[in-house]
Amino acid sequence: MREGPTEGKALILGRVVLVTGVARRLGGRFVRRLTREPGVDRVVGVDAVPPGHHLGGADFVQADIRHPAIARVLTEHAVDTVVHLDVNGTPLGKRGSRAAVKETNVIGTMQLLGACQKSPAVKRLVVRSTTSVYGSAPRDPAVFTETTPPKSLPGGGFAKDAVEVEGYVRGFARRRPDVAVCVLRLAHLIGPGADSPLAEYFSLPVLPTVLGFDPRLQFVHEDDAVEVLRIAAGEPARGTLNSGTFNIAGDGVVLLSQAARRLGRPTLPFFVTGVTWAGSALRALGMLDFSAEQIRLLTHGRVVDTTQMRETLGFHPRYTSAGAFADFTRSRGTGLLPPHALARTVDRIAAAVPAGRGLN
Amino acid sequence: MSDAKVIPFGEEPRSKRRSRRGGTGRTHRAAAPLAPVPQPREERRSAGPQEPVERPAAASGGSPSAAGPGWERRLAHGLEFLRRRITGDYEVDEFGFDRELTDQVLMSALRPLYEKYFRVEVRGVENIPEKGAALVVANHSGTLPVDGLMLQVAVHDHHPAGRHIRMLAADLVFALPVVNEISRKLGHTLACAEDAGRLLERGEVVGVMPEGFKGIGKPFSERYRLQRFGRGGFVSTALRAGAPIVPCSIVGAEEIYPMVGNSKTLARLLGLPYFPLTPTFPWLGPLGAVPLPTKWTIQFGEPVPTDGYPPEAADDPMLMFNLTDQVRETIQHTLYKLLVQRRSVFF
Repeated sequence: MREGPTEGKALILGRVVLVTGVARRLGGRFVRRLTREPGVDRVVGVDAVPPGHHLGGADFVQADIRHPAIARVLTEHAVDTVVHLDVNGTPLGKRGSRAAVKETNVIGTMQLLGACQKSPAVKRLVVRSTTSVYGSAPRDPAVFTETTPPKSLPGGGFAKDAVEVEGYVRGFARRRPDVAVCVLRLAHLIGPGADSPLAEYFSLPVLPTVLGFDPRLQFVHEDDAVEVLRIAAGEPARGTLNSGTFNIAGDGVVLLSQAARRLGRPTLPFFVTGVTWAGSALRALGMLDFSAEQIRLLTHGRVVDTTQMRETLGFHPRYTSAGAFADFTRSRGTGLLPPHALARTVDRIAAAVPAGRGLN
Repeated sequence: MSDAKVIPFGEEPRSKRRSRRGGTGRTHRAAAPLAPVPQPREERRSAGPQEPVERPAAASGGSPSAAGPGWERRLAHGLEFLRRRITGDYEVDEFGFDRELTDQVLMSALRPLYEKYFRVEVRGVENIPEKGAALVVANHSGTLPVDGLMLQVAVHDHHPAGRHIRMLAADLVFALPVVNEISRKLGHTLACAEDAGRLLERGEVVGVMPEGFKGIGKPFSERYRLQRFGRGGFVSTALRAGAPIVPCSIVGAEEIYPMVGNSKTLARLLGLPYFPLTPTFPWLGPLGAVPLPTKWTIQFGEPVPTDGYPPEAADDPMLMFNLTDQVRETIQHTLYKLLVQRRSVFF
């Protein structure tokens, strides 16, 4: 199925790709990248609100994926590849509510998958998920592989949405075995333009942390996220397979304390209960969506194994976790304790010490 | 130990042991502060306390009698270290192991306890291979997991290749604030087949104490009697990775907190596996939590090879039990031997 008929058809007819969630930054960037892709005939961007950025020649259809109208869009444009990016943790813009986001995530996915099931032209489905589906608990192994069952299922929030979305996608894959389904579990998106909750957190002047915990974090650069989506949405390269579930993260691990120091932002440790309180205060002030799962992440951290991503999917991220974070740091500028100033102070002290000259 | 009727044969007499203790094992370490130009390995001693902010003061007050140039070199070295720390310019692995912090700070913090307080004597550390994976299996005792930390210092300071042992710890460790942070930075990870297998695949030395809470929280009357070795999961993990199993016996840890009672009610209230009552704790408050200064011996035994088995052997329960028993017996017998040789608990 991966080679032969599909490939031949793609070459002759060109491909029509439908992308949901194009009003978001990642969706917009991905659509612009896709329009330049050889072999892609048309790109249809869908979102409930018109995007603030241009879509580089792609068609935009204003449709809410929570409504059955999405099925008409699929058939009208004879879509053969669906890239579902409208699975998000935070509302778009200031006014959106968490409830609406949840509905788009869960009901929207159900409607979209229902429409895909009815449309015989659909041959490929790519769904954006998150590594949050693994949860964060002290009883979890240090590194999650795609098959690790979480010790504590996410109790709510975006992680729970993502678990439910993946459940529906698995059901769809069972009912339509002829469709190549790829689920990408992305680690935290970061980069100059990323608008993920963790990027917002790192933009705070003082970072609230959980006292006595130093979580391990992994990041994906937004450029890498666009690239991996492109690989998943296209035909697999020789020797690779782009259907299945894959963890997507940059190499290596950055500790929260390390990230704060590289960013030059002081940390403010709270007791676990205090963090919850501070989180709700920040949320009430509209400064940050600091949810319970964010706090769990900042307590226990999360690291995923990316062997499958390299060996099966054949994707090699350009940025390591530390590299992606460095790029983010460059774009945001350093905080109250700029690392280069601290380093200079230490150098000055070191210069004042007659090291090496000795007493004689 | 009424059942410890083991005749010490084939071992050196006590007088010889005594001379050895002050000799071979730690010679290079005892001479270290006097060397004008410290070797890189010795420089670990110069590292200061955990908070980098306090570092320069501690370094300058650290060794007033040492030779001048050495002192300044150490200060420069410390400043360089401080510079890397405050700018976040260091690497951690996927388990959160901070090699630099462990070498420079955490090991130095544990070393006085190891050298001066418990006066640990290490034997057979060369049984841990120079390179490649190995699984060190040790007995567990002492109410608090001090034995794991001392085992880590022992391997770190005495192994000829300077290897780091990656200890596997209970989930309780990772649920506690501060403890969890330090534990991860020391390279510990959760005792589960996934983590152990991953570490062994990377060719690390992994340390496990399969008795778990049953071993560490057993009453004083049962000291040096090995408990059940879990379900033998460590054997199948070692078999899958083809890593040799190195049995390790630790003597001295049992007596640091003689646990004469266990308050089950308090344990349940606090969500702990046991709540120790010792002659001093909790009656004397924090003072009661000071461990007794016992004399320790850590003996590594001959490695048990696991690479000669077919791949399906890891799922053979009979072989699992046999190997588990073999390792357990080796540790138990070595414990009895060491106990017979021991002159006193404290010397």
